Amino acid sequence: MDILVIHLFNALLYTSVLFLIAGGLSLIYGVMRIVNLAHGSLFALGAFVTASAVGQWFAGSTSAALYLLIPTGAFAAAAIGAALEPTLLRPFYRRPEEYQLLVTFGILMILEDVMRFIWGPYPLSATTLFEQMGSIKVGEFIYPRYNLLVITIGALAAVFLWAFIYKTRFGVVLRATSQDMRRASALGVNVNLVYIQAFTIGCFMAGLGGAIIVPGQSAVLGMGVDALVLSFIVVVIGGLGSLDGAMVGALIVGLLREFAVSTFPELELAVLYLIAAIVLLLRPAGLFGRTT
Amino acid sequence: MSYLETQKLMKYFGDTHAVDKVDFQIGEGEVVALIGSNGAGKTSLVNLISGLLTPDSGQIIFRGQDVTKQPVQDRIKAGIARSFQIVNLFDELTVVDNVALSIFAREGKTRWFFKLADHDHGVWDEAHEILRRFGLDTKADQLAGGIAQGERKLLDVAVAYALKPRLLFLDEPTSGVSTREKAPIMDVITSIVRSQKITAVVIEHDMDIIFKYSERIVVMHQGSILASGSPEEIRANESVKDAVFGPTHA
Amino acid sequence: MSTIALSAPALRRSPVRIAVWAVPIAVILAVVPWVMDSYRTIQLAYGLIFAIAGLGFNILLGYTGLLSFGHAAYFGAGAYTVAFMVKYLHVQSMELFLLGTIAATLLVTALFGYVCVRYTRIFFSILTLALSQVLWSLAFKFFWVTGGTDGLRVPTPKLLGVVAESEDKIHFLSHAYYYYVLVVFVVAVGVMWLIVHSPFGKALQAIRDNETRARFVGIRIRRYRFVAFLVSGVFTGIAGALWVPLNGLVTPDALVWTFSGEIVFMSVLGGFRNFTGPIVGAVVYNYLKDFAVGFTVYWQSLMGVVLVVLVLTLPTGIVGTAKLLVATARRRRSQ
Repeated sequence: MDILVIHLFNALLYTSVLFLIAGGLSLIYGVMRIVNLAHGSLFALGAFVTASAVGQWFAGSTSAALYLLIPTGAFAAAAIGAALEPTLLRPFYRRPEEYQLLVTFGILMILEDVMRFIWGPYPLSATTLFEQMGSIKVGEFIYPRYNLLVITIGALAAVFLWAFIYKTRFGVVLRATSQDMRRASALGVNVNLVYIQAFTIGCFMAGLGGAIIVPGQSAVLGMGVDALVLSFIVVVIGGLGSLDGAMVGALIVGLLREFAVSTFPELELAVLYLIAAIVLLLRPAGLFGRTT
Repeated sequence: MSYLETQKLMKYFGDTHAVDKVDFQIGEGEVVALIGSNGAGKTSLVNLISGLLTPDSGQIIFRGQDVTKQPVQDRIKAGIARSFQIVNLFDELTVVDNVALSIFAREGKTRWFFKLADHDHGVWDEAHEILRRFGLDTKADQLAGGIAQGERKLLDVAVAYALKPRLLFLDEPTSGVSTREKAPIMDVITSIVRSQKITAVVIEHDMDIIFKYSERIVVMHQGSILASGSPEEIRANESVKDAVFGPTHA
Repeated sequence: MSTIALSAPALRRSPVRIAVWAVPIAVILAVVPWVMDSYRTIQLAYGLIFAIAGLGFNILLGYTGLLSFGHAAYFGAGAYTVAFMVKYLHVQSMELFLLGTIAATLLVTALFGYVCVRYTRIFFSILTLALSQVLWSLAFKFFWVTGGTDGLRVPTPKLLGVVAESEDKIHFLSHAYYYYVLVVFVVAVGVMWLIVHSPFGKALQAIRDNETRARFVGIRIRRYRFVAFLVSGVFTGIAGALWVPLNGLVTPDALVWTFSGEIVFMSVLGGFRNFTGPIVGAVVYNYLKDFAVGFTVYWQSLMGVVLVVLVLTLPTGIVGTAKLLVATARRRRSQ
């Protein structure tokens, strides 16, 4: 019984991080209809920046300070996003979608090498906080408290995001632009501003995913592409453009992955793909997706 | 028996009844105009019959066969074709390529990949002949994306016509074209349609065009058919005038 | 909805016009082993192999409008098939390798294609990337079958039943094997040229330009995309099969997404709206990469930068831009 609780926690941990990444991807697509292939790289960037901040640059600071430093990765990712959107993405909105994919793929290649250049090819860890928080007892097992913190942050992020999008004026503007960009523009909405804001938020979420995971797992080159691929499974299941979908998709993937990892470790990724493929065949737009 | 008939055809978009229990009939060889104000359901009806939309309920019977559940490609084979209000062409292919493609598809030749398309003279001759009839032959080798709007509308119809359809739906063939070009375009289209004895349904807004070129007019309003009759009958019909032109029409 | 309009109308290519530049190029390619040193000949062989992969890739992008970020899957499948045939079936014949590859890549492509062609554009692209990553991860995880990161060795094969004399492997690769690759390349170019100029090829372009209208002309979109996908995968798989004896070794690197990215890059570099674009792009890229790799370990970012610049400024690639320049020059001359 207790082992099931452990599995559940692991699944929720995965869900939290996946929700942040896939939610960011979905948000950006929902508002701007673009898919950023470099999105996973921003997750990786968030992880590396936070790992550096907590593990190297300010290592040895008080715990409180270290906690405050965790989001640095998220802000770094957001900053990169804010720089990228107006310069490299905006020229492609009127062009066929292939170009958008090509340019974001180019950005992906550049970012991966930038990370390699700055942080080198070896994994980077920053486990101080993780170790400090210790573990709690779950029956005869112990479970890291830090992971529970991550789950909480993920849940808080979901609630906050939901409130932001459905309860604030900015959220209304965001939703209006996502449903009908032209009409929103005709009503006086500064679409360019909305786009850069949405993109920055999406990148922030991806970076936050990396930032919170890194005290528990090392930042490693290639985690970006893995994250992209996994977040894609999430949006396939949940539907691209829907935050509810990203939540449900992340939950399903988290649970399935935990199940697969404990029973058939080799087939982990393949099992997830199988599920995604089945969902796609039955409901092409995902469980919550829009058809446009 | 009618050539095409719909039985209680329905289509909702949310709460709106775009097409509301419509019983539409057309006889073989007729040229019918489908009119109504914006949102009356004309394009939705055509979209349902041609297969772009699936109905929520009701049936579509063409030449005695129930085509309601058939995909677009099967309806094309059965003989239903359409042109589009907002021109739908293969912009990166030449004008003659556009028409030739229809012919290749019609003949089932698009499955062949070990023969050169250029060597099938029959197809290209027919394509050029069709272009000649539509007055587009001089533009044959230009890219479809680069010709004038009026020519694009004609090409859109030509591509549908090349399928040798039995029933042709023309969705606002003169919309977006300057007033003085409208009549020549309709002249070309109707002369071809009549000479080949194609049954046609034309969605139009321009009343002069409608009264000049159609034998029968079907008026739609808010998803239903309001009236159906000859141009004179419709012209005299008061409720049609109110619905289509508004109650302030003199 | 589309956009790169070629400035000159598509001209009907007569066989004579094609022969005018194709024959000299064929002659040049044929005499390469006699005029260039072994290293350069082998380098060119790699270029021709990637050109075959590029041709395969581009029937999807340039002609059907589907951008695949997962073509390494088929290249790697071809390469691993050869390696498996060597290791488990003790086969040595290059012809059998090619047959085996065609069969294996048909299987993989059919499986992946069945899922992918239901989607277009963005979903299609990411799905191809994702599926190829699955294959890549399987190559790692089942290391007892695939040799894991160490990979599997592939010795020199028998060409047309003739065993290579145990002399210099380099001489074999730069002469006999080079010609073998050249012949397959010429056949591949011919077959692909026929396919894209056939009615089927026109139908693919129609689907690319306007899916709705293609449907309303009676074309069953999914079916055609699926067949294009199969052709694409098999061509790329054959390239993989030709590549592995040259490389001597196959590792999961042949399946990794960055390699898929290189295939995409080659076609964009050469110009994906032209038949010869991927060929030119592959050969040029091959040289560029050899240079860049020797120059910096961060050649991937270099490639990324060039890709971004290309897409921003020269989306028609080398061949497309060259054609534009020629057409502009012709117009100026006739004024």
